[in-house]
Amino acid sequence: MATVIIKLGDDISTDVIYPGRYMATVLPSETPQYAFADMTDFNNKLKTKQVPAGSVVLGGRNFGCGSSREQAVSTLKGHELVIVAPGFARIFLQNGINLGLRTVVCPMIDASEGDDLEFTEGEILNKTTGRRFPIEPLPKARQAIIDAGGLIAYTRKLLVTKSATA
Amino acid sequence: MGMTVAEKILARASGLPSVKAGDVVEPKVDLAMSHENAALVINQFLEVYQGTNLQPNIWDPSKVSVIFDHRVPAESPKTASNQKKVREFVAAQKVGKFHDIRGDVGGICHQILPENGYVRSGFVVVGTDSHTTSHGALGAFAFGIGATEMASVWALGTVLNVEVPATIKVSIKGKFKKFVGPKDLILYLIGKLTAQGANYKAIEFHGPTIRSMSTSGRLVICNMSVEAGATAGIVPADKETARYLREEAGVKGKVTAVVPDKDAVYEKIIEIDVSKLESQIACPHTVDNVKPVSAVKGTRVQQIVIGSCTNGRLDDLAIAATILKGKKVSQDTRMLVFPASGRIYAQALAKGYIGTFMKAGAVVMNPGCGPCLGIHEGALGDGETALSTTNRNFKGRMGNPNSQVFLCSPAVAAASAVKGVITSPRKGAK
Repeated sequence: MATVIIKLGDDISTDVIYPGRYMATVLPSETPQYAFADMTDFNNKLKTKQVPAGSVVLGGRNFGCGSSREQAVSTLKGHELVIVAPGFARIFLQNGINLGLRTVVCPMIDASEGDDLEFTEGEILNKTTGRRFPIEPLPKARQAIIDAGGLIAYTRKLLVTKSATA
Repeated sequence: MGMTVAEKILARASGLPSVKAGDVVEPKVDLAMSHENAALVINQFLEVYQGTNLQPNIWDPSKVSVIFDHRVPAESPKTASNQKKVREFVAAQKVGKFHDIRGDVGGICHQILPENGYVRSGFVVVGTDSHTTSHGALGAFAFGIGATEMASVWALGTVLNVEVPATIKVSIKGKFKKFVGPKDLILYLIGKLTAQGANYKAIEFHGPTIRSMSTSGRLVICNMSVEAGATAGIVPADKETARYLREEAGVKGKVTAVVPDKDAVYEKIIEIDVSKLESQIACPHTVDNVKPVSAVKGTRVQQIVIGSCTNGRLDDLAIAATILKGKKVSQDTRMLVFPASGRIYAQALAKGYIGTFMKAGAVVMNPGCGPCLGIHEGALGDGETALSTTNRNFKGRMGNPNSQVFLCSPAVAAASAVKGVITSPRKGAK
């Protein structure tokens, strides 16, 4: 179920999502343990699998600002979280699309921790409050990458096509 | 319809006669830079080729740069092993612009690229570092990307599906007061725009204050443009750009300049007069929480940091040395200096700045990202406060979520080091 597991404020930086001192850990298979490492309680919940896949992290405006570190995306993807926010910083959103992290831009979203959300075509229904909020489509430039299942698969496809026609 | 610098560069790089904000293009990359996170790029790059019968070869190794700066020298066996893996990869792929951990040609990526003449006006530069916006100081369209995006660039030589950004024009006039400069200007602008005010947009800097500003100062404002969310910060190239490339970066031959059309379309125009601007400071824990220094003067500081890709250049060290000459760092604080490159370190040594810092009681560290992101040196203790010339003050940035970081110019940092509290460098400043 898509329950809001945590509600965060505006300008949550990638330093908060994945602190710099763990940046030597790079492989997507190894980054999940450090998700929100300085928010000890939440990090413990994630590490001990108390957060079901598909749970929602509700961010504020400019979610994922700061460093381009991709670990900030792979760490959330590893826990199969869905990130809903009124807006995202550019590099974070792009990294999310590239790696297949589910990011949902919802400018008017109003929800509290514990609320259950339902994602439908073009909107979010907050089942707890009964209110509906429109979803902003992801950048159209990136749709082909989403459709291909991420940037690695997309690039591979392009390379293979290119070499076949060369 | 006229084009902005960003539009002109993206049109040229995409092989199109013209583009406008909102268009989706696939520009060719002129320079692709990574640092230690090349370890992840390599991993993703090899994955792209999995299941194909193609050889994983970088599209053009002469256009790839790898610079070790984030954790130098390595702080752990893990980092050292990653650096070893990257070193072996760049040797095998014949990557042309590799800068290892060295005292002569090493340093922070955003100083190494300009000082070696790797960046030119009109270039498309991508880097797996958000502060890649720095290189707009030389008239390039330079932006940060993730590691997987870079793996795709290494494979294809283009950035896929880039949306041409709208441009905010910032026009700046007036002469700075003594000890007020580019850092104060960019902090002031970020405070005005907010941390997301330029999200998905480019900022183009104009006006007499910019024209008379050194490339070093332009690097400060383009470096921090990303703190307002900007995709790129750009100073259109001019005589100063040509001077810098020839005299300081050793570039020979013709230097061209991409400038905006007279009828370029801007989303917004912001005008700033710096003649009355006082020293600015970004307060914890966001870069847009900007105030005049006077608003927080007297705040006790346990650590002063001068350096980084933002303010670790020779003119930054010169100002700090002028203020610190013959004085001592307060007994209640500690001061760390880290020049942006080995070349700058050597120049500062020759000019006596390094000696001034050491006599004052500062610790001079090797060039690198150092304490800025709390990875392996200069971490803060619980409840401690740092005053730093770096570019970010997010919670936990200097390695400890129970500490706080203020951001300022080298002049404010040096004046504050002497007093042990946040201090304006100008006597009688408001």
